[in-house]
Amino acid sequence: MSDSSIAKRILGQDRNILQLIAITILVFALMSWLNPDKFLRYYNFESITYIMPELGILAIAMMIAMLTGGIDLSVVGIANLAGILAGVFFHSVIVGTDQSTGMILLYTGLGILMALGIGLLAGLLNGFLISKLRITPILATLGTGQIFTGLAVVLTGGPAITGFPDGWNFIGNGKIIGVATPFVLFVIVAGAVAVLLTRTTFGVNLMLIGTNPKAAVFAGLRKDRMILYSYMLTGLLAAVAGVILSGRTNAAKSDYGASYLLQAVLIAVLGGTNPAGGKGRVLGVSIALIALMLLSSGFQILRFSNHLIDFIWGGFLLIVIALNAFRNTDR
Amino acid sequence: MTIFRRSETIIAVILLVAMVLIGLINPAFWSLDNIFGLLRSNVIIGIMALGVLVVMISGGIDVSFTAFAVAAMYLTVKGMLYFGYEGVLLPFVVATLIGLALGAFNAFFIHTFRMIPLIVTLGTGSVVRGLLLGLVGTSIVNIDKMPPQLINFAKVNLVNSTSATGTNFGLTAMILIYLGLALVTHLFLRYTMIGRSIFAYGGAPEAAKRVGFDTRKTLLFVYCFAGALAGFAGLLQGSMIWQANPRDFAGFELDVIAAVVLGGASIFGGRGSVIGTLLGVFMLVMVKNSLIIMKVDTTWQRVVVGVIIVGATALTAWRDRKKLV
Repeated sequence: MSDSSIAKRILGQDRNILQLIAITILVFALMSWLNPDKFLRYYNFESITYIMPELGILAIAMMIAMLTGGIDLSVVGIANLAGILAGVFFHSVIVGTDQSTGMILLYTGLGILMALGIGLLAGLLNGFLISKLRITPILATLGTGQIFTGLAVVLTGGPAITGFPDGWNFIGNGKIIGVATPFVLFVIVAGAVAVLLTRTTFGVNLMLIGTNPKAAVFAGLRKDRMILYSYMLTGLLAAVAGVILSGRTNAAKSDYGASYLLQAVLIAVLGGTNPAGGKGRVLGVSIALIALMLLSSGFQILRFSNHLIDFIWGGFLLIVIALNAFRNTDR
Repeated sequence: MTIFRRSETIIAVILLVAMVLIGLINPAFWSLDNIFGLLRSNVIIGIMALGVLVVMISGGIDVSFTAFAVAAMYLTVKGMLYFGYEGVLLPFVVATLIGLALGAFNAFFIHTFRMIPLIVTLGTGSVVRGLLLGLVGTSIVNIDKMPPQLINFAKVNLVNSTSATGTNFGLTAMILIYLGLALVTHLFLRYTMIGRSIFAYGGAPEAAKRVGFDTRKTLLFVYCFAGALAGFAGLLQGSMIWQANPRDFAGFELDVIAAVVLGGASIFGGRGSVIGTLLGVFMLVMVKNSLIIMKVDTTWQRVVVGVIIVGATALTAWRDRKKLV
């Protein structure tokens, strides 16, 4: 590969990132202009750092599924199931025992392990259906999403589970050296996934499989296994998002975050992920996340109803699709 | 003996076995009351499934049609109340046209920007629902306000009977509309150029284009057809349950897609039949409704639907793989 083509490739990718930064600045300027006194407050940005991470982690999970040309429609189901399972566990062990700090910490740790474990298992099921039974990702995860949400309904009987221990609350509402805990977690997760995708064999394999599955198989990549791992990673990340969500709201319910599915897809696509596979960067997804959080927080301050904000998210997705299409025909 | 290898035959056999099993667990399944009720529950999901079938044969998927259905239903009923209109035919035409126009929007995005139908329809569905709830309103039009002529229309029964306990029940005439639409869909899929072009496009889009099909027209037809049927089914649902609820049909698209997949259609396109879809719809409705008479807790409904989707897709995936070898 010649130097100029490498340069062009990097430039091409950077152009996408530059475009995203431009959109973010535009949104920021627009919202500051529309709500001069309320938008530019420290409190507003602080609350964004609490709400943003769960959605951001779901979007990164969605991006990983899209890297191999798939999609995971069960992420929200996994997230809720993870939170609910932990909640059920706390209800069964903590009630009636002494509330010493050590025990609470132990139970919190166990709860996290259980939540993440169910995420891995759910991802394993998705990966198995997709890579071994060769079910299309859309239908496989549509079905498993129903199963996970359904199990969540069975576990709770419908209403929300409340009463998580303090340690759990800290994950969603606490602060580490003045920064929101969920935000710290998001930065750690995003960094880890970025390294995993760009600096490890696993990540490079995923990109290659997504670019050309047939060539990847002929080149000797273990495609099925890599796809299985990628869905396990997606499930694990969805469970992390579920832990943060239930920690922030101090509750878990089978139909929390229903609109997150569309938003996660939107952020992944807006962040430059190609839903047909082979392309996607954590950095792009993160910037897209910030742009959309600023947008929705601004509209909330303007007292737009949640329905209209849903409309704006959907409209944004369609506009992004149109823009991407025009950009691709340019080349 | 090709008839035994056709997926419709397999589905029909599974359906019969399931009916016998459910009947053994609870003989009440075979009561005329229950059977009529089951057929009635087939109408709305079935009409929508015909639209989704056509989309899936073209190799696409649509998750926005329930939003279109609810928009068509709510806007039409609101319009009828506003103008004090008292007919039946015109509202259904209007609802169908609303769905058709929204479907054209889908086709425009999918064709012009060559984007994956799932993502486009996620977007359009969210746009339509958001606009409807945000701008038009969230209040339910209840039976006291609901146009009576719509209710009376949907009340028409083919057969009336009285059960042992003295309650009246009947077989709704709406089933004829459903079966009529199914017949029309079957005929045009089989015997018209546009129908064949949908199969051709779903099987191999590039090949369809090279042999001279106007693929833009095909896609436009497919998504408009799905939208129109959804719009019609939306208003019919409102008439049958005697209320227009702008939040209706949330998550219902999964049931419809499950029914179509259960009926043997392939998401890769090029495969699927109306008869299979009719059977798939009946199977899904029957299993969901029978959970109650089999005394399974209703909280398990979603799990069962999920297992059905995964099971049916696993079976079709296995079938399609065998064909490839």
